[in-house]
Amino acid sequence: MLLYVVPLLSIALALLVGGAVIAAAGANPLRAYSQMILGALGSLHSVAEVLVKSTPLMLAGLGVMLAFRVGFWNIGAEGQLYMGAFGATLVVLQGWSLPGIGFLPTMVVAAVVAGGCWALIPALLKVRLNTNEILTTLLLNYVAILFVEYFLFGPWKDPLTLNFPMTKLFPHDAQLPRFGDTRLHWGFVLAIMLAAGFYLLERTRWGFAITVTGENPRAAAYAGIDVLRTLVIAVVISGGLAGLAGMVEVAGIQLRLVTGISPPNAPYGYTAIIVAWLARRRPLGVILVSILLGVLYVGGEVLQIETKLPTAIVLVVQAMILLFILGGQVLTRYRVALVREESRSVAA
Amino acid sequence: MRKEETPPRSEAGRPGASRIPVISLRGITKRFPGITANQSVDLDILPGDVHSLLGENGAGKTTLMNVLMGIYRPDAGTVAIDGQEVRIRSPRDAIAHGLGMVHQHFRLVANLTVAENVALGMQPSVTAFNARAAARLVEDLGRRYGLDVDPAAYVWQLSVGEQQRVEIVKALSRHARALILDEPTSVLTPQESQALFVTLRRMLEAGHSVIFISHKLDEVLEVSDRISVMRHGRMIGTIDTAQTNQHELARMMIGRDLPPVEFERSPDFGRPLLDVEGLSVPGDRGVLAVRNVSFSVRAGECLGFAGVAGNGQEELADALYGLRRPTAGRIRVGGADLTGAPPRRFIDAGVSYVPADRSGVGSVGALSVAQNLILKSFRDRRFGASLFLDARAVADHARALIEEYAIQAGGPEDQIRTLSGGNLQKAILGREMSFSPDVLVVVSPTRGLDVGATSFVRRTLHAHKVRGAAIVLISEDLEELFDLSDRLAVLFRGEVMGTFPARDADVRRLGLMMAGVRQERLPHDAAVDQ
Repeated sequence: MLLYVVPLLSIALALLVGGAVIAAAGANPLRAYSQMILGALGSLHSVAEVLVKSTPLMLAGLGVMLAFRVGFWNIGAEGQLYMGAFGATLVVLQGWSLPGIGFLPTMVVAAVVAGGCWALIPALLKVRLNTNEILTTLLLNYVAILFVEYFLFGPWKDPLTLNFPMTKLFPHDAQLPRFGDTRLHWGFVLAIMLAAGFYLLERTRWGFAITVTGENPRAAAYAGIDVLRTLVIAVVISGGLAGLAGMVEVAGIQLRLVTGISPPNAPYGYTAIIVAWLARRRPLGVILVSILLGVLYVGGEVLQIETKLPTAIVLVVQAMILLFILGGQVLTRYRVALVREESRSVAA
Repeated sequence: MRKEETPPRSEAGRPGASRIPVISLRGITKRFPGITANQSVDLDILPGDVHSLLGENGAGKTTLMNVLMGIYRPDAGTVAIDGQEVRIRSPRDAIAHGLGMVHQHFRLVANLTVAENVALGMQPSVTAFNARAAARLVEDLGRRYGLDVDPAAYVWQLSVGEQQRVEIVKALSRHARALILDEPTSVLTPQESQALFVTLRRMLEAGHSVIFISHKLDEVLEVSDRISVMRHGRMIGTIDTAQTNQHELARMMIGRDLPPVEFERSPDFGRPLLDVEGLSVPGDRGVLAVRNVSFSVRAGECLGFAGVAGNGQEELADALYGLRRPTAGRIRVGGADLTGAPPRRFIDAGVSYVPADRSGVGSVGALSVAQNLILKSFRDRRFGASLFLDARAVADHARALIEEYAIQAGGPEDQIRTLSGGNLQKAILGREMSFSPDVLVVVSPTRGLDVGATSFVRRTLHAHKVRGAAIVLISEDLEELFDLSDRLAVLFRGEVMGTFPARDADVRRLGLMMAGVRQERLPHDAAVDQ
């Protein structure tokens, strides 16, 4: 029961405090919230937009969750996402003579490989040199983003885009099909399927080995599990999933590689960490939290446009909601106990 | 409650009762889940004494001192300082009463200087830190007590011995009248130990009392005025150092008499199943923890390893299962050379291992009982023919073992961390025995278990010995070693001091070997004497 009550209570509290912030900024909180909800969930199109935003979060969130399960603090989903986008774009721009139907599967493979390879670096560094993966994965994010930007400002820049750092539009065969006239694409379906796949993974021997390794590496070694190998493979898959998030973003939304694939205020790769954390160990949790965050993304944009509130205020409200949920989750692990202090000791 | 003559109280002026205990513990009882660490323990520390607290690992010495220091609260019992009953609820209270403790694992901030560490928590936090005053204090105390440390040095630059001196300075700077040293020499070289003893003498001259925790007999005899011996959480007794010797202390530590042997020993052993030759194994710090150890165990035989904890037992056990790579030597299981092989190959060769650390190595606390019971056999086809684990087969397996080993658990799906110590051990034992192992490595299998569970574990081990397993039993419990082993070996600083048939064992010889005397150097009368 706590599982559902606490997050809802947390959101309510967050809205209360956020409302005070909005009021202080000179807007009507109730109106602002209703616009936010309406903007995010008021029409088929806006719901589709929410799911569009949640798709890369689900993919990268599943990846981060897998890394967390094996006990590897992968903070590098953002970089892996960019490398995945890069890999997918490489397939398009190389002009290989692929049959039309071969484009998307090849792009998927390339994205997974690129993201996985990017995650392999910190995994090997940890296994071989015992480096702290929080630092290495984080720092590799900047490397990946700058690496991609080099191509966008240099060799891959489309001369027709008036010096904007972007590639040319992907051919139709390299675009993920969309649903109706919304921007919602097949990447969303892929993400849901992969989340379902995670439930199957849990029932496999390999999933068991991952859980044991993450929960207690010493016991895993004792059980005859090759801890280092299990860790490296899980982390590579984690990076591959984040890479896939990059691929669906370029092939489903941007339709080309551009700078800032993920929103600069709340990059997907970093938000995915929050997703994985809030979802605990449940793939279904990843889906739900991603959608909630999608609501925040879309609602925030609407709020900004409608109320003319400064971006910062909107970000504060978004952050507040996350903070309260996180806090609520931590606090549910404790029980408040009122204890009467014994009479002061003689020493006093 | 035991009847004790009441400690002298406020009769300080009376001649003959001049020595009121600085510290007086009465009936201290401290329980942890599954274990009673201290059972109505009494202890008096007299002013100006070095008082040793002697006992095997796990005898309850550190727990008792942690109670005194306010780190634990006792379930029963009282503490009196200078004859006044006090309540110590935190280390801060303890410090206010003039108590100081140097823990086995130092409590220093590596990135601060010596002076800063000493000043930490000593001054009211609002006023500015006076670096020069702190440095002067360190130098001053250093001169008075022979504790030579550079106040400006950073703690991370210091050797372990120097860090220990900082800890002592820290305690003295807080006006500790009674100083507790927890196994202070375990981290020191012999020379550093001698320097520490010089410091101790100066502290006595200055009127301090010292509680010296150790399990090394020779040191205890060298430094202390009085010695209290603990065993299994109880106080065995307190004696004047002048009136005792190593032999008596060893006997107090490990029990007076050899217990009756419960299990019959069969002289018929099969072929050798485990052969170890010249094995050397590094410890965690890279220094060799096991040096040039050779032995062989045959089918149906149990080789017991005795020794004070920390003399290479766990490293040896790890190596026999592939968890630690030996730097030299050879391990053969049933004739196959497995030197340097990973645990998986040892498992496949029929080696089972019951580790000392049941929750840290032997099980995964967050997983269910059922999952823990397939921890090592989850690849087995009987738990699913495909990629997937067959949940029903896993649960059936768990239910069968829970019943066979009488594991008290809510059910197969309960987290294994909810089990009591005895039931956790039964679960681990059940899992390891389900392989019908050829070779069984067992470390402290009954530590902390109650009588019933202990007897169950020993009967199980014996049954598998009779079945034909070769057992390596590493334990600090001599009773257990005598009970189960056919031969006994004694480890000291990673080396085997001697090996002999268990029926020839006597506590005195064993005690000497545990203290580092080689079998061939044992005095000849030692065997006859008992």
